[in-house]
Amino acid sequence: MKGSLIIVAFFILGVIAGRMEWLTIDKFGFDISFTALAMLMLCVGIGVGSDLGALRNLKTLDRRLLLLPLVTICGTLLGCLILAVIIPWRTIPETLAIGSGFGYYSLSSIFITQYKGPEPGTVALLANIAREIITLLGAPILLKLAGPLAPISSGGATSMDTTLPIISSVSGKEFVILSIYHGFTVDFSVPFLVTFFCSI
Amino acid sequence: MFTIILIMATGIGLGWLLRGRKMPFLGRITNALIWVLLFLLGVEVGGDERIVNGIASLGLEAILISVAGVAGSCLLACGLWRWARSGKEVKRK
Repeated sequence: MKGSLIIVAFFILGVIAGRMEWLTIDKFGFDISFTALAMLMLCVGIGVGSDLGALRNLKTLDRRLLLLPLVTICGTLLGCLILAVIIPWRTIPETLAIGSGFGYYSLSSIFITQYKGPEPGTVALLANIAREIITLLGAPILLKLAGPLAPISSGGATSMDTTLPIISSVSGKEFVILSIYHGFTVDFSVPFLVTFFCSI
Repeated sequence: MFTIILIMATGIGLGWLLRGRKMPFLGRITNALIWVLLFLLGVEVGGDERIVNGIASLGLEAILISVAGVAGSCLLACGLWRWARSGKEVKRK
């Protein structure tokens, strides 16, 4: 929990810094987010590669677990569908389109802004950032409530990068490859599903 | 997207070459990078007038949608885990 609080503290610090215009992302002159993400992925990769025990454990995982991306997509859409029926102010396809971001906030909000306007686009951005934050903060609780696959499923498209270290420490290193495979597959589905729900 | 995958694949290769060596600094670097990324995410959110103004009115709806998505997917993931575990014993630490 201490680790999650530090993460939130850094996020809030960033919001304050951005709000006060102490610094902007453009000021760095290069894509610092991408650079940091690339370095993070290198570290995660080295961690996975150096731990052969984790890779050996992976072979003991059931093949049925390969259905996890499909489970995440269907579960998310089911949850959003139930919510969409309850909330009156937004149409069902729009809510499903926002849910189809699976945490991939940059791409989904750009898509939805383009198809449906800036208002649902903003909701998509916030909802998908929230999904990432829920996963970062709630991973230990999700593990207790619904087992080791829940943090991966909750992470959605981010289970291959930003939430991967949390998943690795909460669910276990033996779930890292499943998590990457899951993130990659869900990530790939985002443009197709968002476009589909925006067009109906 | 593919650049990131390629970088990670390189890392896996490097890690395999370095296997057996203790790298206590790796965890610390990983954590520091996560903090940097979350800080930058905050900077982006805080610097965008559209998002700051929207947080009040649209934030609740966004949270509802994300919670609904997380709840639905975790419910099914729980079912999948039970199904996968029912056939044979999956080794867990």
